This record gives sequence, structure tokens and C-alpha cells, in this order.
Amino acid sequence: MTMKYEVYPHTADAGVRGIGDTVSEAFEGAAMATFSIMAEIDKVKPETEVSVELSADSLEDLLVKWLNELISLSSLKGLVFSKFSVKVDEKKVSLKGSAWGQSIKDVPLQEEVKAATYADIKVERNNGQWVAQCIVDV
Amino acid sequence: MASRLLKKISNNVWEVPTDAVQGMRVPARFYSSDKLIADLDEKAIEQAINVATLPGIKKYSIAMPDAHWGYGFPIGGVAAFDPDENGIITVGGIGFDVNCGVRLIATNLDERDVRPKIKQVMDSLFEGVPAGLGSEGLHLSQSELNEVMVEGARWVVRKGYGWERDLKHIEEGGMIEGADPSNVSKRAKEREANQIGSLGSGNHYLEVQVVDEVYDDEAAKAYGIKKGQVVIMVHTGSRAMGHQIGMDYIEEMAPAMKKYGIQVKDKELVSVPFNSPEGRKYFSAMNVAMNIAWANREMLTYYARQAFAKAFSSSPESLGMELVYDVGHNTGKLELHEVDGKTKKLVVHRKGSTRALGPGRPELPPEYREVGQPVLIGGSMGTFSYVLKGTTKGMEETFGSAVHGAGRKMSRTQAKKEYRGEELAKELERRGILVRGHSWSGLAEEAPDAYKDVTDVVSAIHDAGIALMVAKLRPLGTVKG
Repeated sequence: MTMKYEVYPHTADAGVRGIGDTVSEAFEGAAMATFSIMAEIDKVKPETEVSVELSADSLEDLLVKWLNELISLSSLKGLVFSKFSVKVDEKKVSLKGSAWGQSIKDVPLQEEVKAATYADIKVERNNGQWVAQCIVDV
Repeated sequence: MASRLLKKISNNVWEVPTDAVQGMRVPARFYSSDKLIADLDEKAIEQAINVATLPGIKKYSIAMPDAHWGYGFPIGGVAAFDPDENGIITVGGIGFDVNCGVRLIATNLDERDVRPKIKQVMDSLFEGVPAGLGSEGLHLSQSELNEVMVEGARWVVRKGYGWERDLKHIEEGGMIEGADPSNVSKRAKEREANQIGSLGSGNHYLEVQVVDEVYDDEAAKAYGIKKGQVVIMVHTGSRAMGHQIGMDYIEEMAPAMKKYGIQVKDKELVSVPFNSPEGRKYFSAMNVAMNIAWANREMLTYYARQAFAKAFSSSPESLGMELVYDVGHNTGKLELHEVDGKTKKLVVHRKGSTRALGPGRPELPPEYREVGQPVLIGGSMGTFSYVLKGTTKGMEETFGSAVHGAGRKMSRTQAKKEYRGEELAKELERRGILVRGHSWSGLAEEAPDAYKDVTDVVSAIHDAGIALMVAKLRPLGTVKG
């Protein structure tokens, strides 16, 4: 597993980027980056699981849906997620995965992420590495 | 480089002409100063150009002096579309924080009364006003929430938390017609259930300020503000309701857009004709979020009034805590405007831009109608805020719209590298500004130097005559969301 993630600069909001050997790893990385804006995720225990199943018309759409579903579930269930596992089916443009997290009341919180956007969106393979990124509204 | 396409039209006005980029239907117009235009994001210019290609757009695609790179529209973007000419409505022109806005609450105290007790005041506000990620306000049942979705701030007043007279000082009387909860997802309703009366996080705040300078005595008098007076500013929006409606509809509109044959240069500008079932449906859902935001700010006003009065062992009524005005800056509204000598009903999108109606408009309460609408401009943390007034020139040129804030110039990631929240709070305290916040890193992101100079931004819009300066407000203390 060589998944990496980062939050990259944007004037008003923030960019989230996941990099991995597979598109699934890149999606997991983008989710890690998103939740690293919300909390210090190394201090968040992955004790409660939620599952996610989605399909879309393109991998870009699927990335936005994936991140938005996680942001939405986090607010609905009062959880911050710190661990993700997802299997992206590139042919069917669908995914099945899980996120694990801890109650929002028990972790050091930072900033709320309102939504993932299509701005600066990329899901692509560069030199054998998958990159999944977009701007999120903070 | 998009900036090469900019042509100076007059002092404080630049344009990218219609023929500069294929597909543009109107010019992209930038209100700015020589100083600010030099630093304008290339991406913000590109985004204003993209907006100029949308069907039914009238006059110009407008960017305010605080414009910066957003998603879809630039932040600080304004555009009006004519439904009779296939004019569109787009989530990208309103955003995810629907009706995020600012309100100003007066007091009858002055700086000398508050300064000695400022620590108590800020502690009381920090304790009494729910703020930060995951903050909760009222816990509502789904049927109560359904009422709020239709009644907005009126519901809060009806339940005894707000004052009846507050309503005439809120845009639309705090309740917009045509909000239909049945067009809002179950998820949006479930997420919002505990959030009415919560500040949220990011750049949202509640600030205790003092009127530092008055530039226009007549307007200030009409608004009930004078030099030395202490006021409270609240900046927040529609919380999870707005976020979820944005998410839901950006997805729902994409296939509809194909059906109507609309092409956009940026997927975030996903658009449908306003006069289409999909357009009307989004409008009615978005209006729900408009009402939720007004209800949220009205409820926060209740908490703020209680907490402030507690610090003085007094009551909000005895402290004269009247609402000066409440205005949104992420909105899509049907308004009457003059185009080519004719009055037209247009869908005005304001994304990071404050409504700024000029004198005489029937939407304004009688006491403000002669001078024009109060335009509330929140500065960044630790800097000045301003009150302006709407003008006739603004009605003619910008559909009655003005700036909404300082506008960021430094990314959040960069700000966190350059500043530390704890040190920033100490530095501000040395300058007489007390800061209370839930997250140090969040505080660092809102460092004053991460924003454009709000005075430059306000001067640019004042010099262009779009809105005129009435008063300058100086912070005494901030509760950061």
C-alpha cells in the first residue's frame, strides 16, 4: 500500500488529493485529506463503521459523490472518519466501501468541510500512479 | 493569461469585452482599484468569463473588488438571468452555504461601558453561543423543522426567541415565499435537525465592535448607529441544510442540463432554465435554505442577546439590542431590475456579494427607504468592518449588489504555515481585541493578513459609487466559529 494524501492550497477553500497505485487507493487518500481538514485524524479512533455504495457516470462524478457522501454521513451521524477502505470498479464506475471514525464530541476538531466541488477535479493515472483530487468548500 | 484581456473602462471599472472569448454573451465586468486589480486571481477572471457564457445573462457578468477564485462563479460574483429569454438558475452561482450572511445588532452602550467588562462579555458570549464544527442549537422534531423551512426567522419570533420588530430589518422579512420542504431530501432535514442556532466554523463569527467613524450622518442616524456605540455582528449561514441541498441539486441538475442542451465551461456551473420543472424545483429547495439561514441568525441573536445582557446583569431590551439589518451574500433571488429601459423580473445570483438596494426600493422598510439599504461588510478577524448604503448607481450597474467582505488572498494551508493560532490570539489581545475560538489551527487560517485589506475593497466600491461608506466598525472581541 502506497497511498498518500495531501491538502493543497486554494485561495478561498482547500484542495484535497489522494495518490495511490490504484484508483481505489487514490479515493481513500482523497477522503483522508478531506477529513484531515476537519480533525487531527491521527488522534481519531476508527471505532464506528459506516458503509457506502455508489455509482456514477464518470470517475470524476464518482469522486465528488464519494466525498460528499462521507461529509454528509459525518454530519448526519456525528462522526469524524479516520480510516477508509473502498473498492472502485472502473468499468461499472461504481464503488463499495467503508469508513471508520469516532464521535465528533470526543475528538479535537478543526474546520468543517461543507462539500466537495468539481473545481480543479482530476481522477487520472500519471506515471503509473493514480491521482484523485478536487477543491472542497470550507 | 486571462488578465491580458482586461480593459480599463473608467476609474475602478475594467472589462473583458464580449468578443474576447468565444461564447461570451455579455462583457465580464470587474469593479476594482488599480491596486486590487493587479492582484486579481487569473482563475477569478476565467470564472467571470465562464459566467458570461450562460444563457439569458443580462448586462454583464460582474466581479466585485473582493473577488477571488471560487468554484463555478468567482467568490464576489454577480449575474442576473432573464427567465423569459431562457435564463438559467445555477447552483454554482449560489454555492453550498446558501444565504450565508451578516447581521448587525445595536446596543445603547458605548466603548467606555464595555471595555472594562470585555473579558466577561466575551466569556459569556463564548459560553452562550454555540460555535465550531458540530455545534448544535435547538433540537427540533422533523415537523417543527418543516415549519422553520417555510417560516424562516418568523418561526423563531413566533416561538418567543426573537422580537417582532426584528423581522422588518431582515431581507424579505426573514421569510421568503415559495420555499417547499417536499423538494428537500430526507438527509438534508435530518442533518439540520439540531443546527438552528449554531454558528458553525470556518470564517463564521460573532464579533463585538465599536462604531469607530461615521462618514454619513444622515444614513447613520436612519440606521440607528453613532460614533462610539457598541454593536454586535453575526456572520453565518444555512448550515447543513444549505450544504446538503447544494450537493443534492448539483447531482440532480447534471442530467437535466443535457436535456435542455445547455453547455457550460465548468461542471460546477451546472445550469437549467429557471422556467423548467428542474429550475423551479431547485429554486423552491434553495428558498428553504434561505429561510433556514434567517432562522439560524435570528436564533443566534437570541443567544447573543441573552449572553451579552447577562454580562451586564441587564436585559436585551434595556440594552437597546435592536436589529439594525440582516442581509445575505450567497443568494439567488427574483428581483425587478431595469434592462434597456424596461423593467424585467430577473434571477439575480449573488455568490459572495451583498444585496445593496438603492433609495426608493419597495423592499426596504420605510425608515431606510430614503437613504438606501444598509450594506453590512464583515472584515476579517481583527480588522475593521463597514456599513455602507445602497445607491441608484448600484441599481443601474450591478443589479443592486456590492462587496461582501475583504476576500481572501492567502490560502488556508499557507496561513497555517505562516501563523500559529495561539500567538495570533495573543497579538490581537495586545491590540485590544479578545479572541475566543474552538480551534487554534482554524484561528490561524483566519489570520488578518490572509485577507485583502478590507479598507481597500470598501474604498474601491465607494469610489465606483456602487455603495457608499456610512460607518467604520472596529472589533473589541471575536467568537470565532
